[in-house]
Amino acid sequence: MKRMPSSFLVMSLLVMLFLYLPVVILIGLSFNASTMGVAWKGFTFQWYEKLAMDQGILEAALNSVVIALLSTGMALILGVGTAIGLETRQKRQRSWVNMILVLPLVIPEILLGVALLMVFVLCQVHLGFGTIIIGHMVFNLPLTIVIVRARLRKLDPAWEDAARDLGATPWDVLTRITLPLLRPAIWGAALLGFTVSLDDFVVTFFVAGPGSTTLPLKVFSMIKTGMTPEINALSAVMVVVSMLCVGLSWAVQQRSTPVSSVSSY
Amino acid sequence: MLNHRSDTSFAFPVKVSLLSAGLFLGLFFFLPLILVFGVSLASRGMYGGITWIVTWENYQRVFDPLVGMIFLRSLFLAGLTTLICAVVGFPLAYCLSRASKPWQLILLTLVMIPFWTNFLVRTYAWVLILRADGILNSLLIGVGLLDAPLSLLFTDLSVFVGLVYGYLPFMVLPLVVAIERIPPQLEDAAFDLYASMGGMFRHVLLPLSTPGFLAGGVLVFIPSLGAFITPYLLGGGQNMMLGTFIQQEFLVARDWPFGSALSFGLMGTVLLTWFLLGRMSVEKEPS
Repeated sequence: MKRMPSSFLVMSLLVMLFLYLPVVILIGLSFNASTMGVAWKGFTFQWYEKLAMDQGILEAALNSVVIALLSTGMALILGVGTAIGLETRQKRQRSWVNMILVLPLVIPEILLGVALLMVFVLCQVHLGFGTIIIGHMVFNLPLTIVIVRARLRKLDPAWEDAARDLGATPWDVLTRITLPLLRPAIWGAALLGFTVSLDDFVVTFFVAGPGSTTLPLKVFSMIKTGMTPEINALSAVMVVVSMLCVGLSWAVQQRSTPVSSVSSY
Repeated sequence: MLNHRSDTSFAFPVKVSLLSAGLFLGLFFFLPLILVFGVSLASRGMYGGITWIVTWENYQRVFDPLVGMIFLRSLFLAGLTTLICAVVGFPLAYCLSRASKPWQLILLTLVMIPFWTNFLVRTYAWVLILRADGILNSLLIGVGLLDAPLSLLFTDLSVFVGLVYGYLPFMVLPLVVAIERIPPQLEDAAFDLYASMGGMFRHVLLPLSTPGFLAGGVLVFIPSLGAFITPYLLGGGQNMMLGTFIQQEFLVARDWPFGSALSFGLMGTVLLTWFLLGRMSVEKEPS
């Protein structure tokens, strides 16, 4: 790092503080014994103990995990194949396909929420687990496709060509060459999708029905009904869980598999 | 290059997933958006339902001064957020792109983590900081700078802080990508030609970072414009933005046609921004 203006370094440090201080404060307060306000009244685990015994929160946590697993799983099943199919298409088609794929990730979530709500209500679909899973798939599917395609583009097609030359059927090529080579991207996409689904609030808020409360919905209603230290503990847990998932996804995707060219052997 | 994947022999499951993914997004993404436009032209029924009588009335209401205010406030807050994110994010992005490899990975991960961390919870953290008996007020009173707590929460300022906090990583990452593409030799060349530090930034670094600013601008401006959680938690009922207003029309007032018109207005603005900034970045792309 030569000639880095010191003002830039100071500024960067401040920005990092700005990004992390609120989260640190939140986690710190979750150990505060005080029931009201932010003054420090001693260290305690009692809010976490309370969480662990709150039936409503446990149920919401279970709902969240089930919804995240199902929406991510189905997004993977559809997304991996779609990514492989799209990468083999001609270049011309790609630009508008890209546009269509990125659109669900770009438009404000609230648009997706109200649009889906109207479709479901007008078609008299019962709001609940099913509608939430569909809602989450609308962003999880493009997310999976984008991540898997990025990996595919780095893979040398010679691996597949070699398999075909040796007489492999398309099915063999898919299951014994392409999919194993894509494994890191698939795991990465799965973990990321799981996190995004677990954390989603806006779309869930619009398409959830009674009895399908997820963890973010629970946090939201707790914030609305009044501040309790329990929210801090629950928030801290959620922050740590999503950080772990994202960290894991990052690590998995960094793991190297043979992406370099076959011809170098 | 690597684009020679033969497109003749697809395995059967690939065909099935291509077809069903297309069908899924068509059914649950594009159809709903088209429906929003359709409903925005309908009228509100007696008890909050939809009456299918075609009318422009919902769009005329968008020009109502009160509604216009909310539109303008959203545009203003989103614009200001984008600007400040660019100003604040650039130094960090620069340090990141010129750092040594191990440091770069660590710092990049640190910027990425909040990006994927629960947005609701991160915004809620600001409630704890800004509310009347929150961290900031307690601190200022404790130090003796204040006698009575300031009302920081439920202001335009708190919404603005929340938006910058929420979307800053979206600006930093594209900027890092853009700055990494600028060869450091260009900076040296500028200094060899007696440019000052400021001159080098103005004439070399900033212009060449334009693609990053444009991409980051799209990624910050669009979600800020349609933000819901931030104005809801930090803005309260008085400081509404488009997101909270749309939610209110749908879930509280139950005026779906008007809510749809607002949504369609938001979508139009979003697509226009995306298109314009996207075009600018194509033109700026070094050939």
